[in-house]
Amino acid sequence: MGRVLAVIIWLLTLGSVSLFFVKKWWFPTAISEHAPALDRQFLLTIIVVGLAFTAAQVGLGYMVWKYRDTGNRERATYTHGSSKLEVIWTTVTAVIFIGLAVMGQSVWASLRFNEAPAGAFPVEVVAQQFQWNFHYAGTDGVFGRTEPKLIDDSALNFIGLDEADPNMKDDSVHSVLAVPVNRPVELALRSKDVIHNFWVPELRFKQDLVPGMVIKVHFTANRVGKYELACAELCGQLHFKMKSYMLVLPAEEHQALIGLPQDAFQTRVTELLAKYQLPAY
Amino acid sequence: MATMVTSTKQLPRRKSGSGPKPPGSNGRSGKGNGHEGPFPSYDSTANRYRVGMWVGLASILMLFTALTSAYIVRAASSNDWKALPMPRILLLSTFVILLSSATLEFAKRKLKASLESGYRTWLLITTALGVGFLVSQLLAWRQLVGQGVYVASHPHSSFFYLLTATHGVHLLGGLLALIYLIVRTSRPLDERFQSKRLAAAGAVGIYWHFMDILWIYLFLLLFFWR
Amino acid sequence: MSGEAHAEVHRHPAPTSFIRKYIFSVDHKVIGIQYILLALVAVLVGMTMSVLMRMNLSWPGTNWPILGTLFPGGAPDGMMTPEFYLSLVTMHGTIMVFFVLTTAPQGGFGNYFLPIQIGAEDMAFPYLNMLSFWVTLVGFIVILAAIFFSGAESTVGPIGGWTGYAPLSALGQIAGPGQGMGMNLWIISIAIFCVGSLLGALNFITTLLNMRTRGMSLMRMPLTCWAWFTTAVLALLSFPVLLGGGILLLLDRVAGTSFFIPGGLYISGLLSGADERFPIHTGGSPILWQHLFWFFGHPEVYIAILPGMGATSHILATFARKPVFGYRAMVFAIFAIGLLGFFVWGHHMFISGMSPYSAMTFSILTLSIGVPSAVKTFNWLGTLWGGRIRFTTAMLFAIGFVSLFVAGGITGLVLGQTSLDLPMHDTYFVTAHFHLVMGVASIFGMFAATYFWFPKMFGRMMNEKLGKIHFWITFVGVYCIFVPMHTMGIVGMPRRFAQFTEYEYLKSLHPLVVFVSIAAIATVLTQVLFYFNLFWSMFKGAKATDNPWEATTLEWNTASPPPHDNFAGVLPVVHRGPYEFAVPGAPNDFMMQTDPEPAEMPAGDGSGNGHNGHKH
Repeated sequence: MGRVLAVIIWLLTLGSVSLFFVKKWWFPTAISEHAPALDRQFLLTIIVVGLAFTAAQVGLGYMVWKYRDTGNRERATYTHGSSKLEVIWTTVTAVIFIGLAVMGQSVWASLRFNEAPAGAFPVEVVAQQFQWNFHYAGTDGVFGRTEPKLIDDSALNFIGLDEADPNMKDDSVHSVLAVPVNRPVELALRSKDVIHNFWVPELRFKQDLVPGMVIKVHFTANRVGKYELACAELCGQLHFKMKSYMLVLPAEEHQALIGLPQDAFQTRVTELLAKYQLPAY
Repeated sequence: MATMVTSTKQLPRRKSGSGPKPPGSNGRSGKGNGHEGPFPSYDSTANRYRVGMWVGLASILMLFTALTSAYIVRAASSNDWKALPMPRILLLSTFVILLSSATLEFAKRKLKASLESGYRTWLLITTALGVGFLVSQLLAWRQLVGQGVYVASHPHSSFFYLLTATHGVHLLGGLLALIYLIVRTSRPLDERFQSKRLAAAGAVGIYWHFMDILWIYLFLLLFFWR
Repeated sequence: MSGEAHAEVHRHPAPTSFIRKYIFSVDHKVIGIQYILLALVAVLVGMTMSVLMRMNLSWPGTNWPILGTLFPGGAPDGMMTPEFYLSLVTMHGTIMVFFVLTTAPQGGFGNYFLPIQIGAEDMAFPYLNMLSFWVTLVGFIVILAAIFFSGAESTVGPIGGWTGYAPLSALGQIAGPGQGMGMNLWIISIAIFCVGSLLGALNFITTLLNMRTRGMSLMRMPLTCWAWFTTAVLALLSFPVLLGGGILLLLDRVAGTSFFIPGGLYISGLLSGADERFPIHTGGSPILWQHLFWFFGHPEVYIAILPGMGATSHILATFARKPVFGYRAMVFAIFAIGLLGFFVWGHHMFISGMSPYSAMTFSILTLSIGVPSAVKTFNWLGTLWGGRIRFTTAMLFAIGFVSLFVAGGITGLVLGQTSLDLPMHDTYFVTAHFHLVMGVASIFGMFAATYFWFPKMFGRMMNEKLGKIHFWITFVGVYCIFVPMHTMGIVGMPRRFAQFTEYEYLKSLHPLVVFVSIAAIATVLTQVLFYFNLFWSMFKGAKATDNPWEATTLEWNTASPPPHDNFAGVLPVVHRGPYEFAVPGAPNDFMMQTDPEPAEMPAGDGSGNGHNGHKH
């Protein structure tokens, strides 16, 4: 019985580890500046985790194999433990674990402790149940005023833009996020109703949109293309359908798009969505 | 993992070095708690009630800590906070509940002196004061309602109704306990019941004083914080 | 025997009427069994829901005529609606966490064995104990009521996940299906459950502090008692916070307050305050709910797993025929886990919008919890080292616990890092992590406990052959279910999606999703063996002796099942630590806690323990 159990534990360990090792199912290609560092940290962590997991399971299998009751020994070894060992393994695990925790802060710090760099492209994001609204400032770079009182979904004023504000004349609102490549993007995240979450797997980036708060985050996308954008916080019945796309465009193409008036903007985004393909998954 | 390898290598050495420990001692039987030691406080009703009461109060304290932190966060994180004018009658509530703590102490003193009727009388007075406190709280509510201040009016009023109600419910529990003590006085006072009665009165006393202090705390938090 | 009996305490007569004996019983043993039965019913409901969820995820769009018949609203024409799926998610989580993982390990086994293991006749407050169970049962009935009166035809409960994040959970009917009456019942049920748990925790702590028998010093207690005690302290301090949060949430829903609802919301075409269906709200903080919830929610994870750790330590020592390795370190590790458990709740909220600096602090504290957890694992391996392992079903499950605890716990190193939480948060990586560690590992601890203590509880043995088949399939099954979920998370599959058909990047995962579902259904079906074994053995199992496993702690000193007052009026006296196996020079390879010192023992005579089932 002990040997069977040991072999099964080892096989399960092998199976589990190889599922990670073959990388058949893995992260999609990274497209943001911070992603490579994050992927390295993930790889380092998963290697530490994998080694510790394997060591523990192999050790467990070894114990049940070696110390199964074969009837040869009359008594087990009588010991209550070893303070020296306790100190050693407590210290070693503490160093490894806390070391990992500290290393894991660097990407976080670069993204969250600093404001967006100057010259970042600003987008206001207003999420609502099962729909994304991205508000672009247009050529003047100034967002038109918005107010909850003016929101009217039936009139397609999803974010409550104030028509009387001259700054809104060149603004556009669209359900697709279009950002320039290799330029920092600053999102000002808001929600109209419940908590949503902005999630583009290729960006390795996620942030809740909390009603009543404006949360500013920033990232830099560095690969042109079309990517899926999902909501990753349960927001109600059609949560799984709250989908959109993020277009990462060459600087000129992006500049041209942002300069377009609202109607032309809509048409152009449709064209761009057709022009770019999703990455091969 | 490296530590596991050392463990298997080192263990036998350690064992042969120190030798098997004498059975029974384990190298860890606590001082004074060995089999020669005194009984661990066993089956002592008073002790049981007292420990149980303090443990229970710890959880009540956590409930009010949670509500307090909600109060502080809510007050700090918004711009819709309006201070509620203090209903004057709350001063009466405060006075009444302070008085009731004192009368309960008188009751306990009488019980210790085995003065049955005095114990009973002071318990009745304490209960009456407890009821008086609740009535006074209700009057404060009525006063606010009269001014058009409801639960949902603004955050401070929400917290006021919530905290006074939560405290009131707990105090009601204390009143039931007092009534229980009073009912128990109908039994003849003899040796056997004396210790049990003292234990119960002691535990109820702790609870009642706690409710008293809790009210003072809530009163200060609601009207004198910030 | 005379040397051991220190006092003839007056015996409480056992109740004779059926109702006082089995229904409204104040006997902690009966209450323990009632809790276990409650968990056995609840887990059936929870498992059924998980199977329905897997069916919907792997074979989307399939027509299941039986579902159409059973749930004409939730699965019209046999096809599940998204809201039906999401209500299953919510109810599965809530029922499993509260009514299974909290009731069985603590209320069930803790209630039954804590008093016996410390040599007490009963709990400190037997009536409170009875009340605690009945309150919990009311909570369960209310959550079941949420299935039938959820306020929407197409759901079987509220939609909010077990975390019930505001303001989705606070807005009421206007936030969509699953936000009506069901959500109120969900909150009320949890509030009732909190009260029941608090009464239980109060009792556990007082009992352990005050009712230990002569010689039972703290450091002589079985590790199970330490685990139940720490669990009770966690429950005592964390449930009130959830209760407070629940009251606030309910007020937001029914009284129009704004604790968690900010101003200016616009939902379902209605602006807050501009329409009578949506009263005005201002200034509430959705994050406040998350803080209150997770301040409870994280200790809750340890409430679920600590008793399993205790049982595992206990059972590993017994069947390795060896003292627990590093008893003192184990006790400190339990404390450290319990204490740190109160300071890490923020790791559930890295991306919630809270301060990135506090996120960093929470992250470092979180990874420190790995240290006592690793210490426990090392000590379990140390306990097996040099043992003479007997592979009973209980032992298999205890070893399985260690394996699964490592497998599930270790990925906490990934999730606890702020940076890595950016891609991993709310994906199946998280689902896999917590199911393995707080779900499956805890349940393995409870399986081990059931197979181990069943003879004591019912005076009969469970069938070992069935038990072992149950173990093998379940052990392999849970690995097949939950390990692939990690890779789904790496790909980026979000939790709580009713279907994955909408996203191109998730399509490649379909074979894995189907594999997991098949493994899940097979594993669930295997549990029939357990139920059958359990109930069949109660009546038809082989008679058990008083100490069938040749174990050392006090519960094996009394009859199987124990009499109403546990020790037939003669309280045991404890002479040594709980796990004295393989003592050199002792007559047997195990020394009961009540065995007198060898020097006091008449030479070559073990008759003083004869009735305890010692064999030479």
